[in-house]
Amino acid sequence: MAHSGPKTPHPDTLAVHAGQSPDSATGARAVPIYQSAAFVFPDADTAAALFNMEQPGHVYSRLSNPTVAVLEERMAALEGGVAAIATASGQAALHLAIATLMGRGGHIVASASLYGGSHNLLHYTLPRFGITTSFVTGSSTEVWRRAITPETRLLFGEAVGNPSVDVLDIPTLSTLADAFRIPLLVDATVPTPCLGRPLDLGAHLVVHSATKFLSGHGVVIGGILVDGGRFDWDASGHFPTLSDPYGGFHGMVFTEESPVAAFSLRARREGLRDFGACMAPMTAFQVLQGLETLHLRMPRHVQTTSRIVEFLASHPAVAKVCHPDMPDHPGHALARELYPRGCSAILAFELKGGREAGRRFIEKLSLFSHLANIGDAKSLVIHPASTTHFRMDDAALSAAGITPGTVRLSIGLEHPDDLLEDLSRALHAAQK
Amino acid sequence: MQFIVQGYPAYAYTGGRPFAPAPGAVVFVHGAAFDHSVWQWQSRSLAHHGHAVLAPDLPAHGRSPGDPRTTIEALADWVSALIEAAGLASAHVVGHSMGSLVALDLALRHRHRVDKLVLLGCAVPMAVGPSFLAAALDDDAAAFDMEAVWGHARQVQLAASPVPGVTLLGASRRLNGRARSGVLHADLAACAGYSPRAQALGSLAVPTLVVGGKLDTMTPMANVKALAESIPGARFTAFATGHSMMSEAPREVTAALHGFLR
Repeated sequence: MAHSGPKTPHPDTLAVHAGQSPDSATGARAVPIYQSAAFVFPDADTAAALFNMEQPGHVYSRLSNPTVAVLEERMAALEGGVAAIATASGQAALHLAIATLMGRGGHIVASASLYGGSHNLLHYTLPRFGITTSFVTGSSTEVWRRAITPETRLLFGEAVGNPSVDVLDIPTLSTLADAFRIPLLVDATVPTPCLGRPLDLGAHLVVHSATKFLSGHGVVIGGILVDGGRFDWDASGHFPTLSDPYGGFHGMVFTEESPVAAFSLRARREGLRDFGACMAPMTAFQVLQGLETLHLRMPRHVQTTSRIVEFLASHPAVAKVCHPDMPDHPGHALARELYPRGCSAILAFELKGGREAGRRFIEKLSLFSHLANIGDAKSLVIHPASTTHFRMDDAALSAAGITPGTVRLSIGLEHPDDLLEDLSRALHAAQK
Repeated sequence: MQFIVQGYPAYAYTGGRPFAPAPGAVVFVHGAAFDHSVWQWQSRSLAHHGHAVLAPDLPAHGRSPGDPRTTIEALADWVSALIEAAGLASAHVVGHSMGSLVALDLALRHRHRVDKLVLLGCAVPMAVGPSFLAAALDDDAAAFDMEAVWGHARQVQLAASPVPGVTLLGASRRLNGRARSGVLHADLAACAGYSPRAQALGSLAVPTLVVGGKLDTMTPMANVKALAESIPGARFTAFATGHSMMSEAPREVTAALHGFLR
């Protein structure tokens, strides 16, 4: 028998309203920017109660802030999680997730198709702290299973990988994660909750760079970590940071204190407290300005991207286009299944003529901005092998689907005809 | 903390303080398909201010094994046995929703176990809609949505949470989702089937506080107030919340408990 639950607000409505009540002090309808480092205690008893978690509330903006909390609760609602933590950057969010789950001896199995910054953290930096990562290519269950060791504490991948637009098989990997009782963390920066929600597909934790499509205007650096609330940390037995008494908070056992929000509780009470990579209130306000129009922007981003993919695929100067819209893309069918409204306004393509043609192409573009970012209202272009992914050796580049001639585009909100004209002119110049 | 109750292990959260039986102890009883963590703020606060605290996971809930009980009376018998197993002769008993019926029945049939009684979101009878029961019978996620949406004031779906960064409806859904198969239905059916005699309520001689939510759609405030008026000497108070007053108004509910249980 089919059951229908009560009506709940649509994502578009959540993106505008979730997490905010009109300001009780002033009646302000917009989210006020509470640019305050700390918050006055009404009395000594309340001060002690707040510190001892006998009541919720704001104490100090490294731990929580009313403006930042609006963004956190809005993102938790949009992703279908129980809680979220906003951080100083997407990298800070990824680090917070890892540091909350493991310490020395911990092991991660990650997709090889990652943003270069994430690859740096996992491959070069974390081993210095005793945390190692095995990188795997593709979503084959067997390949991922073989990489899992008794010390593995996390599976990690990008929902839509950068820059080859690889589509992570979240349902398959979540089944594997459940079998090994380890969580699956998904970086959902590229699709955003507008195009697909990893938690609905089986992921346990979600991380975002809020710098990208969530804000959509390219003016902030920020990150979001979402706790799905579904993973059973006690049953796993692999996560003493969550299921054993924590000396840093009077022996608190986070899974006892809050079985569904244990992860985010520890991440806030330890990770934000001690690592301190919190989001500034002004940043949260700016991300919120963008988030309010996410559901108007993302369809336009992916529609324009489809036109550009089609154009490039038939252009004689282009050797190959990487985007799931292409029938020969390995993620074509999976993308249609997981992201029926489109999955990516990022695409990569390979110019005939290699690195030199790529250099000429980029320099001849006038509407596309040559810079190291994605997810702006403005269209962007970059040459990954010499910039975002330059620390990778040839084998790692190949595993990430990058060649010396690969060019990455992030499609903005300009009129598609203007973008096509710009690309056409630059492609022509690149072939001279 | 673990106890043995009716022959089975039973878990109770002690508010972040070691439990030692003492006069003034407080037992918190949670609602349908939830666990001790719905009392997160109240149990921790009372435990750090002079009360020994037990917030048990009822049988088949949270960390307590066993089969779900199918009647409110059976759950009340279990709580009575827990109080005894914890080395207490009696305790203040605080219940929410289904837990409030359990607390009420405990006071009616095990009077000697209850020093003071606090009933939050309590109505007798406690109506449960057929669509809610049917969805719960099938362990359908729609039942968790019903409990989350109907269990909070309507504006909570969009408003700022009292708990920074946490979405109350998301936490409610996930907590229900962790319940074992059949538990939500057993709990809801127990609520729907509970009907103490009106005369019994009228002769209840326990200091009682009844707490309503002005925006509660599961146990509408008028029904909660009517229950308070049927218990001799009962105090009634209401907050601008839905059914989940402990998380919707954590500070106000905690303050009310401190005031009444002093």
